[in-house]
Amino acid sequence: MNKKTFLIFTMPSFMMMVFFIAIPLFLVFFQSFHFKQDILEIVEREKCDPFGCKTETLKVPVLDEKGDRTKINIWVGWENYKNILKFEELNSIIKNNGYSWSAIQSIDFYQALRFTITFTFITLPFVLFFGMCLALCVNNLLNRLKGPVIFITLLPFIITPVIGSLSIKWLFIGDGIVTSLLEYILEKDIAVFAKAWSIELLVLFYRIWHTTPFAFVIFYAALQTVDKDRIEAAFVDGANRFQRLRYIVIPHIMPLIVFVTLIHLMDAYRVYDEIVGFGAEGFLNSLQWMTYDFLRLDDSGSRYIGRASATSMLTMIGIVIILIPVLRRVFREQKEKKN
Amino acid sequence: MESKLFNLSLSLKVIVGISIILWSFIALFPLLWVFIMSIKLPIDSFAANPLNVIIGPNTLKQVGGLSFINLIFLCFSIYIYYKFFKSREHYFLKINNLTNNKLISFLLLVVVFIALFLVLFLFFNTHIANFLNNIFKYIPFLKILSKPLIGFTTQHFIAVWSENEFYIQFLNTAMVTLGVVTISLTVGTLAGYALSRSSSVIAFWLLVAALVFRALPHSVLVTGYLELFIDYGLYGKKIAVIILLVAINQPFTIWMLRSFFMNIPQDLDEAAQIDGCNPFQAFWMVIMPLMWPGVITTGLFSFLLAYNDYLVCALLLDGQSQTMVPAIMQYFNMETTMTDLVESIAAAASITLPLFILVMFFQKQIVSGLTQGSVKG
Repeated sequence: MNKKTFLIFTMPSFMMMVFFIAIPLFLVFFQSFHFKQDILEIVEREKCDPFGCKTETLKVPVLDEKGDRTKINIWVGWENYKNILKFEELNSIIKNNGYSWSAIQSIDFYQALRFTITFTFITLPFVLFFGMCLALCVNNLLNRLKGPVIFITLLPFIITPVIGSLSIKWLFIGDGIVTSLLEYILEKDIAVFAKAWSIELLVLFYRIWHTTPFAFVIFYAALQTVDKDRIEAAFVDGANRFQRLRYIVIPHIMPLIVFVTLIHLMDAYRVYDEIVGFGAEGFLNSLQWMTYDFLRLDDSGSRYIGRASATSMLTMIGIVIILIPVLRRVFREQKEKKN
Repeated sequence: MESKLFNLSLSLKVIVGISIILWSFIALFPLLWVFIMSIKLPIDSFAANPLNVIIGPNTLKQVGGLSFINLIFLCFSIYIYYKFFKSREHYFLKINNLTNNKLISFLLLVVVFIALFLVLFLFFNTHIANFLNNIFKYIPFLKILSKPLIGFTTQHFIAVWSENEFYIQFLNTAMVTLGVVTISLTVGTLAGYALSRSSSVIAFWLLVAALVFRALPHSVLVTGYLELFIDYGLYGKKIAVIILLVAINQPFTIWMLRSFFMNIPQDLDEAAQIDGCNPFQAFWMVIMPLMWPGVITTGLFSFLLAYNDYLVCALLLDGQSQTMVPAIMQYFNMETTMTDLVESIAAAASITLPLFILVMFFQKQIVSGLTQGSVKG
């Protein structure tokens, strides 16, 4: 394929990614140093109803000649970042309480950071382990049963994340079936959605439940490609089942374990839907949720685009850290190919 | 030798069996429970005893339920529908012989599927089954067959779909997903094809950039354009959501389609070009007919992304233009009574049902799509 046809074929997709991914990234970068808001003025208005009149104060956007809302858009430097990172508050907390993790977490950003990182790294080993176990089990199943089991397994993965977390939430709310069962066994009242740690546990459980099928499908497909002769040879040499797994199967599917790890890190780092589904925003906070929260209309009808951009930029630092090892590997391979 | 090597010992067999049963239960239970709760009156849906939730004594008493005959009919219809789907290619060929046009016969087949669904579930399962129930009621020994066994009410579904006008949200979701799937496939197949046929430096950089973009949180992309969309009156318009979702989906789409195109030997395009095709003709007339399985699989994943999205829709749409998933959350937040709660459960069940059907029918494609990206890429 010559260069011209290649360019014509890739142009629409390339344009799409430039205009709607790359340019927004630059915009976010610039916005994070700006403060943008509608100008509001406080108006006193008399409101009358059958019981008499009273004056109330309202915040009303100022309109220009054309009737559009007037906006301010000023350069504020690092102000947005300072507003999120709150170094002064952090300093005083550290001064008063020492390096106490729970005190530091009273600042939203550090709470979100802590949760996002623990969430990403705690779920990972569980997903890999359960996915692997499941793949080994299904691999040894009767052929007739494989289809239905794979069907059931795919469901948690395919289901809308928000709905999936809702369906688990409904099992655990006040008089949900699992809470009733636990109360019956433990003979005491349980309120899962009143404590931060129990919600966090549920959120972790949900993600493991949701992602294990993905790991399973990849590992199961990889198991079909393991060389049977090598396993037989190992068997003849006296390797038991565990040793065959450890020294032949695992090294063979290692690239795929890396692949699943990478995809899981990317996806888990974006954790967001669970917080919506479980209604956990009062207790938990993730980096992407913070951005979303700044972008929503707040009670006074304004959006904090600048702060949302600053959180986005901070979030992306994490993405870069996750991607560095991958990119280094890709570039090394490309170099070897050239030589 | 072979049999001895790969057969499990009895204890391992037991472990495998128990793990599979346990996992199936954990995987299925929350979803199944949503369906069971949605067809019961609130008092049964949140009963402490699981048996009461499943059988629903209060629902039975107040509304009625499904008899043995109903259950048989239900299983039978699902079986028929599934069988019909399994032999879809056979029927496709038959229709194609009559019409001689692939697109028309495909559309005809889709119409037949929808018609069969309506006949089975809106006529066969309700009117015919109730008719039989009424007859069996008067036959002494067979009376037991028509006695309601499991409490069943559709009132929450009716409330959600007609009173709360959930169909508006359904249509919005349908438009958004349709837009996202068509645009990302059109744009993606062209790029995926070119990338699979080129080993140039530009192709390499494009793929690496796509990989990096794949990792970005979706909120970042919304942050960049939210202000502009609001200023130019695109807020609340579906086109804005469609464009953003296509962009979010693009990196994944081109990676997946590229690996599908890699499976088609390059000799084919060369042969086509020797026969006088230009590159576009070669792509459209020679390669694409072989690519449909890959396109369908990628389309499935685009569909899932658009259908499952919460973040972009919640930020860019509101009120009447909202899609189903964010709408249900608003629903859920204002819930005050138990009936409202069960209604939102019914809404959740309505959102889940299409996905159930999707997995049932496209299991093979989903598995192949998931493994394609990893094994080849």
